[in-house]
Amino acid sequence: MSRRLILLLLMLIAAAPIEAGELRGTGDLGVVVERAKGSLQVIETSGNSVLGRIDGLGDLSHASVVFSRDERYAYVFGRDGGLTKVDVLEHRVVARVIQSGNSIGGAISQDGRLIAVSNYEPGGVRIFDAETLDPVADIPAVYGANLQSKVVGLVDAPGNRFIFSLWDAGEIWSVEMSDPENPVITKYRDVGKNPYDALITPDGRYYIAGLYGEDGLALLDLWYPERGVKRILNDYGKGEQKLPVYKMPHLEGWAKAGRHLFIPAVGQHQVLVVDTDNWQETGRLDVHGQPVFVMARPDGRQIWVNFAFPYNDTIQVIDTRDLKLVETLKPGKGVLHMEFEPRGGEVWVSVRDIDRLQVYDTSDFKMLADQPAEKPSGIFLSARAHRTGL
Amino acid sequence: MKRTALIVLSLISSAQIALASDISSVRKSELLNLLKHDCGSCHGLSLKGGLGPALTPDVLRQKPIEYITATILYGRSGTPMPPWRPFMSEGEANWLAQRIKEGVQ
Repeated sequence: MSRRLILLLLMLIAAAPIEAGELRGTGDLGVVVERAKGSLQVIETSGNSVLGRIDGLGDLSHASVVFSRDERYAYVFGRDGGLTKVDVLEHRVVARVIQSGNSIGGAISQDGRLIAVSNYEPGGVRIFDAETLDPVADIPAVYGANLQSKVVGLVDAPGNRFIFSLWDAGEIWSVEMSDPENPVITKYRDVGKNPYDALITPDGRYYIAGLYGEDGLALLDLWYPERGVKRILNDYGKGEQKLPVYKMPHLEGWAKAGRHLFIPAVGQHQVLVVDTDNWQETGRLDVHGQPVFVMARPDGRQIWVNFAFPYNDTIQVIDTRDLKLVETLKPGKGVLHMEFEPRGGEVWVSVRDIDRLQVYDTSDFKMLADQPAEKPSGIFLSARAHRTGL
Repeated sequence: MKRTALIVLSLISSAQIALASDISSVRKSELLNLLKHDCGSCHGLSLKGGLGPALTPDVLRQKPIEYITATILYGRSGTPMPPWRPFMSEGEANWLAQRIKEGVQ
């Protein structure tokens, strides 16, 4: 090697640290969907700041995100069928495919190797290699006389499975992906009319689908899948006049405190309280409007609720010790999503109509940060990488 | 039911005469924001459909303005489509129906 070349190499090495930037972890990072602009903001929760933006992600209305298990990559599920893998450290798109005409969300498998996307058009689930986004499996949601159903409530489950619900068909399907070449599908029929969304408990045991078309919820115990789907809260809402629903509620995560599960009522200004020991309704909390998200602070001590149009300027906080309302916040019109930091001290809030991203202290409800964002919707922190169903 | 729909339609057609010029530009942008984001939560941000059907000019070609206006105002029973009458006048719904039918950017 010539002396000149060595000199050149030394100069390059000396310059490298400046160009590569400082090393940093990803545990305090997250992304915020800017739905109208088709971009993500990359945020960090240690100083509550915005680090950058990733553009070119298509139609992000109702977009959601899951993280790779190393918390470096985020997979973005767009409404236009776009599936995009982004690098949250380098703020760039790594891979992108348009995998359907109209999609609604996705999940990452337990082993981190597969990404599943649920589609409205064509109705079904498609599964991709998490590394390359190459197609792995296509599962059309076919039912009845060759009809195809929109798919909602797709989650990952233990045993490298994906579970999802068929809106038009009223079915729940479980797909076991241990051998990606040969997905094993189990179908549960007649679970109820129009399941609109679903959740799985963090222990991966219970899959619960909310029903729009009738009262109650559909429950699948994944420890005993052979027992089938049973209906819970059958009596909820019987004989009561339902209000028009201006936004479908979400079932995400697991708003649980002790043995109580908190879920949004459909068409009522109420949060339902369910005893998870016997799956009976134990109470209803009157709230400001029809709930959209009902989220538990990670320690289970508080429940935070946001609301459907036209009450979407408000957040209410319930103390789970006595089920009393402790705070009503008015962040502004269009509160779409709330995301707790993993240990629960702070919560991020997106306020769509006033284009703001706010951070609140959950102990005294003081606003800690208030930053611009373009029509922000979902907020996703990297700690989701390690949680089943998120 | 049919008769009610007919009455509703004729009421709307008589009400819509006092129209678009009465809607301020601020209100128009409010309505378009509502269309994009609140209607969009079921029909998609670009109205290409979600849990609710697509509302593109192509899909709506056969539907009269009055039909679309009535659907906005009174919803569709038996479906999740709610009535938006509490939040807008008949004239405003008619203006919105025209925007949807011609395609909104």
